[in-house]
Amino acid sequence: MSAYIKAISYHLPEKIFSNEDFFKTFPSAIEQKDNYLRIGVKNRHIVDANHTASDLGVKAGLALFKEHNINPKEIDFLLFCSLEFDYHFPSSCSIIQEKLNLPSSCGATDYNLGCSGYVYGLGLAKGLIESLGMKNVLLITSSTLSKKIHAKDKSNRFIFGDAAAATLISSRKETGLGSFVLGTDGKQAEKIIIKDGAGRNPISENSYKEIEDETGNITSNAHLHMEGTGVFYFGLKTIPAMIKELLEKEKLKLEDVDLFIFHQANLFLISTVCSKLNIPDTKVFNYMENVGNTVSSSIPITLYQAMKDGKAKAGQKILLAGFGVGLSWGATIIEL
Amino acid sequence: MINIEEFTKGLEVEFEDVEPGTLNPDTNFRNIKGWSSMHALIIIAYIDANYNALLNGADLKSAQTIGDLYKITEEKLK
Repeated sequence: MSAYIKAISYHLPEKIFSNEDFFKTFPSAIEQKDNYLRIGVKNRHIVDANHTASDLGVKAGLALFKEHNINPKEIDFLLFCSLEFDYHFPSSCSIIQEKLNLPSSCGATDYNLGCSGYVYGLGLAKGLIESLGMKNVLLITSSTLSKKIHAKDKSNRFIFGDAAAATLISSRKETGLGSFVLGTDGKQAEKIIIKDGAGRNPISENSYKEIEDETGNITSNAHLHMEGTGVFYFGLKTIPAMIKELLEKEKLKLEDVDLFIFHQANLFLISTVCSKLNIPDTKVFNYMENVGNTVSSSIPITLYQAMKDGKAKAGQKILLAGFGVGLSWGATIIEL
Repeated sequence: MINIEEFTKGLEVEFEDVEPGTLNPDTNFRNIKGWSSMHALIIIAYIDANYNALLNGADLKSAQTIGDLYKITEEKLK
């Protein structure tokens, strides 16, 4: 039996932070407006302060059950991917299991990953289905990163949006999830980091001290720090190499892939990677304009929209590629 | 081999928001009007796409002028 993606749904918080709001908040950014627009975001959804990543995840799960008429009692395993959890323990998956009315026979675990997290989750689900014989794995990805972005951090406030996605991975005879390439480079751990507030560095007065980078962006050690140029360099170096390795594993040529869906980090990065690999625009589907970079949910949201638009169809070979915090990366080829 | 005039002109085109003829090898690229982190990404992408050399954050930090970027690129191609 092969694991395959049976259904996807997603949930966006109601509150919208538009480009109009952004340029009102940061009038100094107006002279760089054209450059900001090259990132590809117009609106992002922002979670309320009293809602957590698990709350968004539950809403995405409920949307999945309703939209695709799925019985929660049939779920064998729940994977919850996020960078934000409700408590030190128990895992947020326990909270979600209860709220989604999943059976107590359902195994559940959290894992802490960002933009590579969806591909990792598909890999884990494939293992659970093809090695342990499970039938239905629910993968929930959720991000509320807006809470951890410094109010004066204009770059990251422009890019990121909150969202959650729920994906049901089931088993069938025909091929579904193909080979995987996964990787980690802990030497670059500090390229995307929140330094203070967990085990290594408890929150102190210094945690909130403003730190300004060379482009005038402000953050603190208690907030998200992302070294944009370093991450861009990582993307240009890692994504093409990971795609080549995956194609070799699958014994495919680049032309054999019908559709490419990248983690929606920044459309400028995606177009640079595509021109480097000679991937035609017609084979790339992006969906960032109205949601921003939604971390681990960006690939399932984009795949959902590609299916809705008729761009992603059964019988096609679709390549998914994620990359981000860790630094970490993952790619796979799927058939719907 | 690459040539510094073409390198500068090419970068000017990539920047889009810079008036033609404003940049020269001595221009401190951080003083470009409206300099932002996006310009840094454009520099990395431009050099990678046109000269097949990948500059990292430290390379960029060590450079002040467009001439410096040209020299770093030249070094990487050796």
